[in-house]
Amino acid sequence: MDLSMLWYLVPSVIMFTAGVFGFVTRKNMIAMLISLELILNSADLNFVIFNRFLFPGQMEGMIFTLFAIAIAAAETAVAIAIIINIYRSIGNTDINSAKEMRH
Amino acid sequence: MDYSQFGAMLPELIILGLFFVVFLADTFSKEGEKKWLTPFTTILFLLSTVAIWLIPASGETIFGGMYVDDTACKAMKAILNIGVFIVFLQAAEWTESDEMIVRKGEFYELILVTLFGMYLMISARHFLIFIIGLESASLPLAALVAFNKKHYESHEAAIKYILTAVFSSAILMAGLSYIYALSGGSLYFADIAKAVTEGTRSGLLIVGLAFLIAGIGFKLSLVPFHLWTADVYQGAPTAVTSYLSVVSKGAAAYAFFIIFVQVFGAVFSDLWEWMMYAVIILTITVGNLFAMRQKNMKRFMAFSSISQAGYIMLGVMAGNLGLASMMFYIFVYIVSNLGAFAVIAAIESKTGKVGMDDYDGLHKTNPWLSFVMTLAMFSLAGIPPFAGFFSKILIFTSVTASNSMALYMLVLVALINTIISLYYYLLVVKAIWIKPGEAKIERFDSTRCERVGLVICVLGIVFFGLVPYIYDYCYEAVKTAYGILI
Repeated sequence: MDLSMLWYLVPSVIMFTAGVFGFVTRKNMIAMLISLELILNSADLNFVIFNRFLFPGQMEGMIFTLFAIAIAAAETAVAIAIIINIYRSIGNTDINSAKEMRH
Repeated sequence: MDYSQFGAMLPELIILGLFFVVFLADTFSKEGEKKWLTPFTTILFLLSTVAIWLIPASGETIFGGMYVDDTACKAMKAILNIGVFIVFLQAAEWTESDEMIVRKGEFYELILVTLFGMYLMISARHFLIFIIGLESASLPLAALVAFNKKHYESHEAAIKYILTAVFSSAILMAGLSYIYALSGGSLYFADIAKAVTEGTRSGLLIVGLAFLIAGIGFKLSLVPFHLWTADVYQGAPTAVTSYLSVVSKGAAAYAFFIIFVQVFGAVFSDLWEWMMYAVIILTITVGNLFAMRQKNMKRFMAFSSISQAGYIMLGVMAGNLGLASMMFYIFVYIVSNLGAFAVIAAIESKTGKVGMDDYDGLHKTNPWLSFVMTLAMFSLAGIPPFAGFFSKILIFTSVTASNSMALYMLVLVALINTIISLYYYLLVVKAIWIKPGEAKIERFDSTRCERVGLVICVLGIVFFGLVPYIYDYCYEAVKTAYGILI
């Protein structure tokens, strides 16, 4: 079967939009983090698609994706650690309760 | 593979080596020896700063063009190093406090790792290296912001910082993926520049550029990507705030310049001049307007730093001459801002007060601190004999050098905003010297380290405007590396 690049790009764009939408509307920090992962994965997907379809002889997009996945994992680890600290101090992970500082 | 290539990365190797030495010393020192860690790290770091100033740049391009160590990159690294050294001096008192004593090593290690990341950002000539540098500069910073384990504000600031940082790098990578599609399958800066020059001005390129501006704009806290700044600056430990406001901003500004002017310079007037035009005007104005109503000194400095970031970004509009004045501006900004933060940190660590009202009549009890704070405010506002005036004038003249009417208007807006900023900077000076009533802060002696830091800042503020050494150094470095084009 011959699928064109568009068939792969549309899911990627949907993931990106869903991620941005989720990041803005979700109130739970974990859910916000998941939305961020969606945006990161959509970027990775873009790299792989463009590499596969536009520049099939080269590898840079794939290599970049590998690094980006590792970086995303590191980001999640740090964010989760901070969320756990917040949970210990205020007992929930609702972003609306994090408004001690506001002027 | 030719491992001798790593020899060209000398500044990075120095910082990495320093990191390992501090890490091992921290891990294997006994309880009683821990008190030597702070002077040990600070002195070693001073030596590394001197080394980076003195070692000539290798000028080599290694790893097939992924990394370059030219004179301009080296000058920028040296400038950042001075900033970090002053931060270390300020943090010495804080790291000796009871709750910090067991984990002060981690503070120094994390700062060194972020500095390493910023070095990579500055020297990167390939987007993979750039992203790795950006992330190793911003992830440990989130841990640093959360460093005050006992204070809830610190965690709140950290979650706000990490979520916006990850969001911005996700946007950055998405923009990068669109640019990759147009680049002919390469992420090298040189190849992308070539593809951009020859290619068409497609919509994909516009979206990619807008995403790149947004992604790096978050790190630089440009308006409209600035919303995290005030909360993070307020909640983070003061030493970390001062680091965040000068050093990380300086590195991001340099990387921004390299990416936009050298890679996308060909489409400057077509595509991104108006984007940056709007962003700069918004950044300077919104930063100023919000700074006026702040009562907390750390929030006040946050909005002031947003507005200063706008002035720094003016350099991007002016080509390579702009780079020289931008580096000088960053240097002056480092000494002025760190001077202000040194006073804030000293007062906070002794009395716990950070409100602007608490500074009323400070000159009666602490004349020296008042003096430094006044100089720092004058320099940030750009009052003539001090360095801030010269850095502003140089960056304005570099922008107007191209004689474009639009850029003249931009400088006019920036100039009007300088006058507005004078109002709120002088509010602090007024609180210190003029407001009647008893002083709210007792007299105290600052520690030796703090004094050294303050003296360096004062010398920087007073002399580096009048003595042209630093600007000449930046100018020569940029000229040797890229040639000055007007």
